[in-house]
Amino acid sequence: MTKTKRKRLIYNLITFSVVIAAYLILQHMIDAKTITRSLKGQLVPICAWIVMAVSLNLVIGFSGELSLGHAGFMSVGAYTGAVVSGWLLNAFQMENTVLRLVLAIVAGGILAGIAGVVIGIPVLRLRGDYLAIVTLAFGEIIRNLVNVLYIGTSEGHLNFSFLHKNLPESAVILVDGAKGAVKIKPISTFTVGFVLILITLIIVLNLVNSRAGRAIQATRDNRIAAESMGVSVTKYKMMAFVTAAVLAGMAGALYGLNSSTVVPTQFTFNQSINVLVFVVLGGLGNVLGSVISAAFLTVLPEVLREFADYRMLVYAIVLILVMIFTNNPAIRSLVNRLISPVKALLRGRQPSALQGGDKA
Amino acid sequence: MSEVRRHRSDTRMVPVPSYSIVPERDVNAIPVLETRHLGIEFGGLKAVDDFNLTIGPTEIAGLIGPNGAGKTTVFNLLTKVYEPTSGAVLFRGKDLHGMSIVQASRLGIARTFQNIRLFDRMTVEENVRIGLHNQIRYDMFSGILRLPRYWGQEKKQHEKAMELLSIFGMQDLADETAGSLPYGVQRRLEIVRALATDPKLLLLDEPAAGMNPRETEELMENIAGIRDRFQIAILLIEHDMSLVMGVCEGICVLNFGRVIAKGTADEIQANPDVIEAYLGKKRTEQNGREEEKA
Repeated sequence: MTKTKRKRLIYNLITFSVVIAAYLILQHMIDAKTITRSLKGQLVPICAWIVMAVSLNLVIGFSGELSLGHAGFMSVGAYTGAVVSGWLLNAFQMENTVLRLVLAIVAGGILAGIAGVVIGIPVLRLRGDYLAIVTLAFGEIIRNLVNVLYIGTSEGHLNFSFLHKNLPESAVILVDGAKGAVKIKPISTFTVGFVLILITLIIVLNLVNSRAGRAIQATRDNRIAAESMGVSVTKYKMMAFVTAAVLAGMAGALYGLNSSTVVPTQFTFNQSINVLVFVVLGGLGNVLGSVISAAFLTVLPEVLREFADYRMLVYAIVLILVMIFTNNPAIRSLVNRLISPVKALLRGRQPSALQGGDKA
Repeated sequence: MSEVRRHRSDTRMVPVPSYSIVPERDVNAIPVLETRHLGIEFGGLKAVDDFNLTIGPTEIAGLIGPNGAGKTTVFNLLTKVYEPTSGAVLFRGKDLHGMSIVQASRLGIARTFQNIRLFDRMTVEENVRIGLHNQIRYDMFSGILRLPRYWGQEKKQHEKAMELLSIFGMQDLADETAGSLPYGVQRRLEIVRALATDPKLLLLDEPAAGMNPRETEELMENIAGIRDRFQIAILLIEHDMSLVMGVCEGICVLNFGRVIAKGTADEIQANPDVIEAYLGKKRTEQNGREEEKA
């Protein structure tokens, strides 16, 4: 095994162990009833945001394209999930919640993936920052579309109407325009969310360490060189973008089916930027970083609730401080200087005066 | 040089200038590259004009000329970074008109870049593996699901990458990040990466730039070795005349986008037009008077 391979394997193992350990601890806390109510309510959203962050990292960190409409795909997934779940329940009396949830998540992923293909085909052929602009617009368009979308189910069929509420009398309303997806039976569970995270990690980590994933990273590092090596840049940018869209759609379905309503205003530009913050804070191309920062930054606003009105202000300050501490070269070198004697000691050697950097 | 003249004039669509620079052993073979009246204009500026060149399938050819002569533009035309505004590029008898960079690469044209373009954040081995992208393949799902095909092809890629890296003795650097390598090593890695695409024609853009004389000499041996081992044609742009004169069988001199001379190293060194292009006009009494008039 080569050194790189071993390094990657260890990184992947750490990533998976962190997620699995966190799940086991939280599950134990739920069983022992020592978990706080607010944290328990946050568990499924945390899972959804982790999937969002990891999938967006695939686009931004690995394929090097800026996507500003990731919440749009989440919204597609959330609505699809709500509709599919409601339809299965009303038309087929499917009572098995786990099966319904899984089917809703799959449907959410497929529809978001289709949306990803539709956006990606024209935009990813272009060079430059077009993707950022178009995905930004996409997020807004989706929000406005679902605002005037009415979906009901009657006699086993789905009824759609657009702009005006024009559904049969007998129909059970699933999506009610600006009121959003209504009367959802919350069926999302922490365990399904955890499994979705695992699936996401397997897909993303295995993809980036394969032929296709290397091609994706090559298009990021140098487009012309990648093309000169016979790598079809559009194809691989598309692959990353659509995979991320599918995962975001799945996260959306999970998120949507966690509450009784989904409203269009839940998936605004601000949410897209929030996910972007998770990714940037966790580090571009760093999957474990995305997982941790998504979990941390989803919990943080709740923890800061006691600051009441100053909550978001403190949130911003914490964010800035973390950025400074993780990226400032002066602080980094200071930290390195502090830990280098420890490192040398661990390696079984005396720290030399030069390494310590104390020489005046 | 007359005996080196190309035969197969029957297949020629347009007459090729007086003589070409194909070495004798390649005369009877189909040329790997043939350009006919190739030219490109950028908003009225003719960067390359009426560029005719024929390269034999195992030839090492050089493209030289003063700065701004249009050498790299020729490379960009051959690799389809630019679409020519006039003329044609024939690669192994096939017209490259309308093809993309990717298609040209898949046909067998590989290149290195004047300003190094490695995949900086990837390792040395991964850079070479990108070169093997179309040689040793498996689909995305085998990769994600880690199917048996993934393991088999990954192993093949690793072995092939190591074999190619051994040309320059770079196996030990396989795990290094490409962007952190010294300049000369990066240049060599670019050559390895280009070779991984299994090319028929290798274009080297200033391979010796930034190398010391000893490294340049080594590189010369490597270039000849690569040709012998892979039986491919190599066209190189270089300012280091010791390398060009030492390794190139045919040399083409470009100035202001036009070919001013073609021939062997000795012929080029004796050519008055070339000397003029590099050193300026010799001020004789006659043209001195002409210049005053102009």
